Amino acid sequence: MQVPAPFEYDRASSVEEAVALLERHGAEARPIAGGHSLLPMMKLRLARPERLVDLNDLTDLSYVRAEGEWIALGAMTRHAELAASDLLARHYKVFQDAERVIADPVVRNRGTVGGSLCQGDPAEDLCAVVAALGGQVVLRSSGGGRVVAARDFYLGPYETVVAPAELVTEVRIPIRPGSGSAYEKVERRPGDWAIAAVGCFVTLAEGSVADCGIGLAAVGANGYCAPQAEAQLRGQPATEESFRSAAEAAAASCRPQSDQRGPADYKRDLVRELTQRALRRAAARAMAGGA
Amino acid sequence: MQVSMSVNGERVNREVEPRILLVHFLRDELNLTGTHWGCDTSNCGTCVVWMDGVPVKSCTVLAAMASGREIRTVESLEQGTQLDPVQEGFMREHGLQCGFCTPGMMMTARWLLDHNPDPSEAEIREAISGQICRCTGYENIVRAVRWAAAHPATQEVGS
Repeated sequence: MQVPAPFEYDRASSVEEAVALLERHGAEARPIAGGHSLLPMMKLRLARPERLVDLNDLTDLSYVRAEGEWIALGAMTRHAELAASDLLARHYKVFQDAERVIADPVVRNRGTVGGSLCQGDPAEDLCAVVAALGGQVVLRSSGGGRVVAARDFYLGPYETVVAPAELVTEVRIPIRPGSGSAYEKVERRPGDWAIAAVGCFVTLAEGSVADCGIGLAAVGANGYCAPQAEAQLRGQPATEESFRSAAEAAAASCRPQSDQRGPADYKRDLVRELTQRALRRAAARAMAGGA
Repeated sequence: MQVSMSVNGERVNREVEPRILLVHFLRDELNLTGTHWGCDTSNCGTCVVWMDGVPVKSCTVLAAMASGREIRTVESLEQGTQLDPVQEGFMREHGLQCGFCTPGMMMTARWLLDHNPDPSEAEIREAISGQICRCTGYENIVRAVRWAAAHPATQEVGS
């Protein structure tokens, strides 16, 4: 029977209270959202917080809404809510693509935006999506708050810039009218973590790639992104040849590791193929009006 | 710590350790052993119950997190002596062999049919994709859910 080691439990009724609890108890207190990453790690003693601060009453952090030039995702928004969001479907189909292959429907009822990003699992699909789209992460502390670019949010696997007394409250995605996006993933079986996955967006202008973003999951890419590949693609005609070159650059830039999901060279091949597929699909969506 | 929740419409209060998982709370504290405890890693889905009307894997929810919520388990499907159409479907279409995955399958199926009364085979398979039947009786499970969709309860009894 897998049960976590003993801990104290608090339930926060507001963001202020959650932050105050985290500040009072220091790094040994950890916030818990959906719990589908933290509780398994606690069962295995990979994480052993002395106190959990339950965020599940913070329903005011559950939203997907347009705010000026941004789409704002509340940190407590569940994966299932992202998948069902008409607003996201209108702007970035990459979310629907990815949510369809993140874990399974019942897990998606619990897992949250904030929890997924803060867990920072190297294979987390949502991290790659937010990185591809050039998102921002909003953090709150007793001293106020700060905004960090999603690509600067990670210090390494399972490690983020979030300080012990800080709480992620929101993720913001810039709106890019007319852009197209897509997510491509290969996994061993439905619901599993990626062997490799690629998310992207492209904005087209007169047949060329005016702007783009490429996110990679499970292949050791710093900040889940491929900036060299993006730089190579910007300004190029939106053709198969350009996509192939960008895909080569993405494959060359990542650092996959051989493990039970496959050898490193296989994963690198996957990145090459999936980047092409994602760019192709994103460009087709852009040409059809966007999303 | 003190937890208080509604389980199948009944208020329960218990003193528990914060680390107790909902699945063990239901089985060991409340003797509701219909909910099964399987992989412990939120993969197999035999522990699915509803929390505030949404299917969740109770091996990955703390009893403390369920405090103040409404829990519904497989024991709530039968109304008096009337089986839920999902239960009837599993019986008629041989939707179970060893029966271990059955409670989770049925709770997910009930939720699916409440939100999509006439699901396609693909929609049923998607809905139960977080649940594992090691007898590999998926064909019959899908048939059981289809049977339930084709034979909705003539009248809703209770909730």
